[in-house]
Amino acid sequence: MNLDYGPEYEDFRKEVEDFCKKYQGLEFSDALDSSQVPVGGGKKSDNKNSLIITRSEWQKILIEHGYFAREISKEYGGYGGTIDILKNKIINSEFNKAGVPVATRGQGIDFLVPTLLEIGTEEQKQKYIKPTLFFEMIWCQGYSEPNSGSDLASLQTKGVLDGDSWVINGQKIWTSTAKYADMMFCLVRTEPDAPKYQGISYLLIPMDTPGIEIKPLVDMTLNASFNEVFFTDVRIPAGNIVGERGQGWLVANKTLIHERGSLGDPELIVSRLSQLLELMKNETIDGTRIIDKPVFRDRAMKIQGRVLAFQNHGLRLLSARLNKRKDVMLGIMVLKLIGTELRYELEGLGIDVMGELGTLYEDSSNLRDDGSWQFAYMMYLGLIIGGGTSQIQKNIIAERGLGLPKAPKVKEA
Amino acid sequence: MYFGLSEEQEFFQESLLKYLNDAAPVESIREYANGNHENLTQDIHQGLLDLGVNALIIPEDFGGLGLDLLFAAAVSQSLGSGIAPATYIGSHIMAPLAIMEAGSGDQKDEYLSAMANSKMRFGIGVTEFIGAREDAGIVLESGKASGRTLFVIDGAGATHYLLSDNKGVLFVVDAKDSGITKIPLMTIDKTRTSLELVLEDVPTEILKGSMEDQDPIRKIIDAGRVMIAADSLGAAQVMIDKSVEYAKERKQFGRPVGSFQAVKHMCAQMAADLEPCYSMVWYSAHCQNHIPEEARLFACHTKAHVSEVATSIAKTATEVHGGMGFTDLLGLHYWFKRIGINRQLLGGPELIREEAAQLQNF
Repeated sequence: MNLDYGPEYEDFRKEVEDFCKKYQGLEFSDALDSSQVPVGGGKKSDNKNSLIITRSEWQKILIEHGYFAREISKEYGGYGGTIDILKNKIINSEFNKAGVPVATRGQGIDFLVPTLLEIGTEEQKQKYIKPTLFFEMIWCQGYSEPNSGSDLASLQTKGVLDGDSWVINGQKIWTSTAKYADMMFCLVRTEPDAPKYQGISYLLIPMDTPGIEIKPLVDMTLNASFNEVFFTDVRIPAGNIVGERGQGWLVANKTLIHERGSLGDPELIVSRLSQLLELMKNETIDGTRIIDKPVFRDRAMKIQGRVLAFQNHGLRLLSARLNKRKDVMLGIMVLKLIGTELRYELEGLGIDVMGELGTLYEDSSNLRDDGSWQFAYMMYLGLIIGGGTSQIQKNIIAERGLGLPKAPKVKEA
Repeated sequence: MYFGLSEEQEFFQESLLKYLNDAAPVESIREYANGNHENLTQDIHQGLLDLGVNALIIPEDFGGLGLDLLFAAAVSQSLGSGIAPATYIGSHIMAPLAIMEAGSGDQKDEYLSAMANSKMRFGIGVTEFIGAREDAGIVLESGKASGRTLFVIDGAGATHYLLSDNKGVLFVVDAKDSGITKIPLMTIDKTRTSLELVLEDVPTEILKGSMEDQDPIRKIIDAGRVMIAADSLGAAQVMIDKSVEYAKERKQFGRPVGSFQAVKHMCAQMAADLEPCYSMVWYSAHCQNHIPEEARLFACHTKAHVSEVATSIAKTATEVHGGMGFTDLLGLHYWFKRIGINRQLLGGPELIREEAAQLQNF
């Protein structure tokens, strides 16, 4: 066990710390869909002299300093450095500590860029990666369909090659950011006669193509964070395919692994727990602080224990990425399940702490923390379901992690 | 940066577990539990001495190995996996640590050396400092101890007891003293012994360092809690492994029960709950020697959290085994019971979480 990063990294930490000081109170002139902002993730600034810039300008400043897109080559718009997990970790924690916004991410940066880097053509890399990193090209993900949720590979949106165009018909659902996305990376059935997993292709669709209709889907938080997207004879160039025809399932699975990992970031839960404890010190009932009431106190400590275990787990996984000797596949597989369930319970305790006040929402008077406890309580229920439900996660853990047998296949009706 | 056990620590764990699996398989544990294999615990004790387990944390100057509590936790985990019918947490960790923390130079010379070469073995009684039941407790008066203490850890075969009074003053008594009455306590866990001691004017040797403040007793309780959590971690992992094996082999309705989602999801939940416990136990153990400002809070949370997780795994794993899980034939209940007593020793989860809250001034 050695938790020191070493002197080189301490210098780097200092450098990042100084950078953050310089940009404290930074605000963006352009808004972003609320569904992409982790609730309670950052601190609000009351700095009247704050620097106001666009998200795109900020991305470029971050890349220039190597605080974003570190490992991506200059040619594609990145910083052109080497992979350094500890530096990335330091960047994240120093930015969070200072309340300075990290780079705006999103499905394009998290999923499409790594995919293109791995299997895209040179032309695709040149065309898409730089504007995506600069937040000048926004992506949405077209995977789920009304009849293809957990069984994603049963998707039916059709793509037919007609001359030098794909012609797409069908419907996608749960498409966040579709409203303002420029592009969609999309799974489409292009080989109807092939077996289910071998009949899908990974296509790139410009969202302004005629025949695309977007309908907002209001969720229980009352936000339209998701959309339904309908395709009627949508024609895109034949070259807008990543990987070969029929390989889309393999292409998509590479990035789904990233998605499941990213939903359970231990550091976010740690900072949310501090907010919960603050709330418990501030809220009173009959003049007694909630934190002084034994049952609430015990619930808080119980959650704290789980959060600390989860935080330590994050260190173990970080270390495993540095020291390849360790196999932590099981440790990675459990992240999404325990991360989302834990966060949901934490938000629920926040509501219970406030009692009736905890049910206030929208712009009600007497609202606490901008209604973030109720919002996140519902949002995290959505995340328990989205990106592979907890039940699907358990199937994965049991079958791939523990080697338990799959259920016998049922003959399709 | 490296987080986790070293190759050396893992190697030690493997050797220890292999030894335990050979020397104390569940059949032997059952015989021992039923009173038909009395030598087993002495044999295992000797085996642990041969591996140096008694001298792990004792400094090299006193003939020990001078290892830290992370190493000790790794060992504890293996002892829990193997439900070792042997003393460890009290005799080999808490007792030497108490002497190291609060003993005078002479006391260190005398006791640490004797523990390292196994001339002495200590039982530990600090239960009432954490929380007194039945109004038990020991009072020191002009150097003599009177009163009673319950659930002395590792009391069997002890040559000495290291006890505390209600204020946390630590002292050593000779187990052969005529003023001590030993009452065996029959707990559910037959792999380890538990004692009640009644003392009447027993001469003591006080550890001076424990008179100034409660730091020494708190430190040994912290260490003990991390060791117990590690023991439960090992025991719980075995219960998961056995469940997964059983679910692959046992067939009902013409297929392995592990192919049913109901069973599969029970196994997945157990694994998901236990995975982070490894990191927590390692980190907490590391804190005890290297990050003192976090040591106590993490010891509390680790004992409480791992106990909760292990208790839930003990139940679920038994259910995965169906009726067989309930039988003595399979012996799964030895792990269930080990986890059961670990949960209560040195403070149950509710008690410890209150301590954690107070530590943070809540």
